[in-house]
Amino acid sequence: MLSHLPILQVILPLLGAPACLILGRGKLAWLFALLVSTLSFCIAATLLYTVYHHGVISYALGGWQAPWGIEYRIDLLNAWLLVIVSGSSTISLLAAQSSISSEIALDKQGLFYVAWLLCLAGLLGILATGDAFNVFVFLEISSLSTYTLISLGPNRQSLWAAFRYLIMGTIGATFILIGIGFMYIMTGTLNMADLAERLPSASESPTVFAAYAFILVGISLKLALFPLHLWLPNAYSQAPSIVTTFLAASATKVALYLLIRFTYTIFPSEFSQFIIPLADIFVALGIVAVFSASIAAIYQEEIKRAIAYSSIAQIGYMVIGLGIGGVLGLQATLIHVFNHALMKATLFMALAGIAVRIGATTLTSMQGLGRKMPWTSFGFVAGGLSLIGVPLTAGFISKWYLVSAAALAGRWPLVFLILLGSLLAIIYIWRVVEALYFKSAADNSPVKEAPLTMLIALWLLILGNVYFGIDTRLPVSISYEAAAALVEGRP
Amino acid sequence: MDTTAMLIDVAILTPIIAVVGILAFSKKPNLREAISLIAGVTLLAINLKLYSSFNHGEVLSRQWLEILPGLNLSFRVDALGLLFGLVASLLWPITTLYAIGYMRGHNEDHQTRFYACFAIAIAAVMAIAYAENLFTLFIFYEVLSLCTYPLVTHAGTEKAKKGGRVYLGILMGTSIAFFLPAIIITWLVAGTLDFQQGGIFPEQTPIALLSLLLVLFVFGVAKAAVMPFHRWLPAAMVAPTPVSALLHAVAVVKAGVFSLIKILVFIFGLDTLQQIPVSDYLLYLAGAGVVLASLIAMRQDNLKARLAYSTISQLGYITVGVLLAVESGVMGSAMHIATHALGKITLFFCAGAILVASHKSEISSMVGLGRSMPITMTAFFIASLSIIGLPPTAGTWSKWWLLTATLETDHLILMGVLILSSLLNIAYLLPIPLRAFFPGKQAVSGPVAIHEAPPAALIALCSTALACVLLFFFPNPLFELVSQIFSEGTP
Repeated sequence: MLSHLPILQVILPLLGAPACLILGRGKLAWLFALLVSTLSFCIAATLLYTVYHHGVISYALGGWQAPWGIEYRIDLLNAWLLVIVSGSSTISLLAAQSSISSEIALDKQGLFYVAWLLCLAGLLGILATGDAFNVFVFLEISSLSTYTLISLGPNRQSLWAAFRYLIMGTIGATFILIGIGFMYIMTGTLNMADLAERLPSASESPTVFAAYAFILVGISLKLALFPLHLWLPNAYSQAPSIVTTFLAASATKVALYLLIRFTYTIFPSEFSQFIIPLADIFVALGIVAVFSASIAAIYQEEIKRAIAYSSIAQIGYMVIGLGIGGVLGLQATLIHVFNHALMKATLFMALAGIAVRIGATTLTSMQGLGRKMPWTSFGFVAGGLSLIGVPLTAGFISKWYLVSAAALAGRWPLVFLILLGSLLAIIYIWRVVEALYFKSAADNSPVKEAPLTMLIALWLLILGNVYFGIDTRLPVSISYEAAAALVEGRP
Repeated sequence: MDTTAMLIDVAILTPIIAVVGILAFSKKPNLREAISLIAGVTLLAINLKLYSSFNHGEVLSRQWLEILPGLNLSFRVDALGLLFGLVASLLWPITTLYAIGYMRGHNEDHQTRFYACFAIAIAAVMAIAYAENLFTLFIFYEVLSLCTYPLVTHAGTEKAKKGGRVYLGILMGTSIAFFLPAIIITWLVAGTLDFQQGGIFPEQTPIALLSLLLVLFVFGVAKAAVMPFHRWLPAAMVAPTPVSALLHAVAVVKAGVFSLIKILVFIFGLDTLQQIPVSDYLLYLAGAGVVLASLIAMRQDNLKARLAYSTISQLGYITVGVLLAVESGVMGSAMHIATHALGKITLFFCAGAILVASHKSEISSMVGLGRSMPITMTAFFIASLSIIGLPPTAGTWSKWWLLTATLETDHLILMGVLILSSLLNIAYLLPIPLRAFFPGKQAVSGPVAIHEAPPAALIALCSTALACVLLFFFPNPLFELVSQIFSEGTP
């Protein structure tokens, strides 16, 4: 049983989805989805533990050995991401029932959980598989279910947002497919480890170079890397609030994983070092993303949208870490992937709680809520402090590592640009804090605190932000080992 | 485990426990204030016990936990820390006593939040005072900025919100943009952040890098209010007077200069500091700040604003003293922390007492007030003498040492600056009590009879005024403490 964990990780939510359909709608479907997601999280945690102590797990699907059969390969990198994705799914699902009750019609709620589990299965599949074509298959599963989830949003604009994301996402997925196809033409294999062995001998060929370019652009679209980010603010702000919580904490992280996987373990290192100056491109795009998105966030009236822009900025930081490179740069990125999932989930969870009670998350509608919903409002403050990078929160650890990486590489201007970026975060977080606590509400009708399950989920996340700002052994040691393995194992 | 060293934990946790009590009894004001007072007296007793153990040559150090590899949250008692810890813990119960009179006399709202945030700020001050390394100091430095923000914006008005924005913007902005990178670079260069006698930088560290770090530190520690990053202090004056008294004349600003002394003496080391050419420029910048702030203070009609600029000027004395990089200068600076604290807190107490009793905040309207408030005005007179540095008050001693240090280093211009500023002190402080007692012909008496402030406030301001005088006649304990800053083994 234990040896089958890599595939169970994916199969469980994949089979859970149709089962959820049978269970109908309402609470039962919710409980079932929550159970499936929790089990997935337990499997992911077990996998991470096993990989950390006993090394890489390779699982041959159906007993067909790689490179002929499909291999599921779990190393520290994807085990780490599996925990993040399944964890954020579980904590969002915990709050989902109370949140969607006000946003989604009852007859669609069952389908909502089906789409959710499919999306989870797709994301986990992308992470777990060691087969390039499988990546595409799971990417489509997760993307299609994501479009569905977004289109379930409360306003009619959500259909438009989902459609725009569908167009952009499909272009991205097609690019990735073309890239994978080109690689298959040149090497005759789809297994990642096998590709890594065979690609260097074909690295002179323009076909492989084209494959590399297609894949990079395709992934960057899914990652919402500047300037391919235009779909993200609409999709995040129009989706049901709890879907935004889940997607912000997981979807872009998976795309980032693909970026790391393709540049570090599959393609020969001369591609990213000599043929195109990828490191410089990453740093430059990252910086532009940080500043343009942070400034855009400052001017948003709709706060879900502001925080969505902040996600684009934070993706910028992660890409900067990749661009700085080395073990420390990669480690900074991997730590920030985890911490960013924590802080963004906290922020969007608090906004989801507010949306349930007052039906909007515009700056004016949130005025004076600090008095009326103190527990929920504090969640936004705590997530915001972590985002700014105040000591004793997870965000501080991210910033420490990113700045250390930049300073150690001797890139002084970068050090100050990174820190200037977090000053912008103070501005867009604080205008919300001021609205929450210093403005008095337009109408003085009493507002209740967010529903209990949402508060529990929110406070678990707040405690997570504080805990991982103080006891950093888990993210620091795992990210270090993972980064060292990636840098050493580079073909 | 050393039980005396555990007292450090108790010192930091006592105010935190008080917070729990304050929140628990938010509906019973008498009990709530009693808890604050008891916690204050307990904290003073703990600090006195630490002081006596330290004098017996005991090494007191505590390690809490490792936040990042090699970076601990740890504490250690040394002479400078004791000085700061004793001053803060002596003045906390007195300020609480004063606050009871002031807050009730003024019918302020949200008193529970006020006392709770106040206690958290004191806990942060204790942690800063006894921090063993720069990392620990930085963490609680940021905590102090954040927990005093609700105190600054206490009134909740538009003006308070603006003041809070400037306050947090400058303090957080400088600490993120300058202080944090300086710490990270120091960590990368020196491999440690522990405060050590003689500094931690290896000998071959390039002077250019040291100069950069020195500038970053001096501007990054904006709590020391070195111009041009001083604007937060006048902005913070919108807070209730007890906050201005303890936090913005003692705890927060002294945490700034205390950090600066710690960094310059135990991270750079005086020998290294003398070799850095840029320290001369900083010295003259601080000197210019001393005179400029005094000149601005003369033009302020609002009493609290005048006192705020006077504080900026006096903090400049401390910064100048350390930057001179001789032992007598550092000792003078350390003593000035204590003597200025006593003097300035008395002045703020008086300003608050006048506000409560007569609702006057402008100096021009205080003419002739000595008849109705003789005790307050006498205390004001004594404290003014101490700030100016005239006998028989404590300020004499610290100014004496600072002037000696300028002579010792042949900085005659700076000596002139310090003397000039003291003359300006006379010009902007003494007229206030003198015209209160001797209004001359333009005697102004209000239509309503004005009485002295509430007794709780009077007791507080008399005891600090008395302390100013006592410390002049019995300065030996203070001398002995500051002369141990450079003795072997500390920190």
